[in-house]
Amino acid sequence: MTDAQTVLDRVTRVTRVPGVRGALVASALDGLVVAEQLMDGVDGRAAAALAGSLVGRLVRTAEGAGRQAPAFVQLRAERGSILAAPCPDDLVLIAVVGPDANVGLARLEMLDAASRLA
Amino acid sequence: MSDDIRTLTTRLAEEPTSLAFLELAEALRHRGQLDAARKVARGGLSRYPGLADAHDLLARILSDQGDLAGAFDAWADALRLDPMRTGSLKGIAFLYFRAGDAVAAIDHLQRAAEADPDDESIAQALARVRRESRAMAHRTAPAPAPDPEPVTVAEPPPVEQPDPSSPFAELEGGHALVLVDANGLRLAGSLPAPDGDETGDRVAAQLAGVSREAARATRLLGLGTWQSITVESPDAHFVLVRPTGETVLLAAREPSLPMARVALVAERAARAAKSWLERVQ
Repeated sequence: MTDAQTVLDRVTRVTRVPGVRGALVASALDGLVVAEQLMDGVDGRAAAALAGSLVGRLVRTAEGAGRQAPAFVQLRAERGSILAAPCPDDLVLIAVVGPDANVGLARLEMLDAASRLA
Repeated sequence: MSDDIRTLTTRLAEEPTSLAFLELAEALRHRGQLDAARKVARGGLSRYPGLADAHDLLARILSDQGDLAGAFDAWADALRLDPMRTGSLKGIAFLYFRAGDAVAAIDHLQRAAEADPDDESIAQALARVRRESRAMAHRTAPAPAPDPEPVTVAEPPPVEQPDPSSPFAELEGGHALVLVDANGLRLAGSLPAPDGDETGDRVAAQLAGVSREAARATRLLGLGTWQSITVESPDAHFVLVRPTGETVLLAAREPSLPMARVALVAERAARAAKSWLERVQ
């Protein structure tokens, strides 16, 4: 299991991507936040609980379709997106980004981080 | 008027709230008195809108009359009330096959076979549809209508217009698309797994309430209304959009197709689904 400082370092790297308002690692099972790096005004607990639940549903959807579990999810909205990358040990890396964020770069950072959070 | 119809008419007159309308409408249908049968069935439905038997009966009458769109709607109503009703599944399968959508026809017959594995007529229908669809795929000339023998409804006139019951019928690349209602029921489309199994219903069930959940997440985080969800899996790309407030549409493609292209497919399918919903509702 990755230590807490390493998890926080990975989260911090994601938040350095332009347009990312915050990132956190949470348990996909109960939404408990393991590490977070958030701008003021971003509700980490809400992000963790809701995104975690949504990712869980999408994992089941992919499995129901006979496909492998998702590696990356983007929920796009009018004023930004929620990005999520499931990690080992039932963790999920979540980022909240603004409408002008570099989603492509954030995705790459998140996929890299998720692969290292084993 | 024959004796049985006279007896049933008297019974219904004496007890207008009874279920005698089912037998009477069926008897009238068997005698070819389709207008009268339809009126009796509709009258009964106005009292028993939650009775799947009545919707199924109306569907068979409308099919006999050649009102295919009406028959489809009535069978769909019956299936909403009783999703594994084999007669209605066979009826809708028949309409799909008549309209040239063998995939949807096979899907409905497979569901019917799951509901009643002992019904040999379903297995025979399935085999016949598969055989005919393979033969049609090999023919270059327009195919003749398939033999309706496997299904218990009378043969309606040929369909000349594009299938009104499939929102994706005229859509280029209109495969692996599923339209789902807020309760997780599949409204249209299909989603084959890599092994060929149909997964549309299973996937639809998982997507029940996904729109509300996404809306809650984006609202609480101050992101406004949600627009799409993209899902990257090692062996598939999925895009979820919402054609209307009450429905979601899932498009699935192989991962070799860039996600942005899958999103375009989903948006186009959502527009088709929206106009289809406006027509059928």
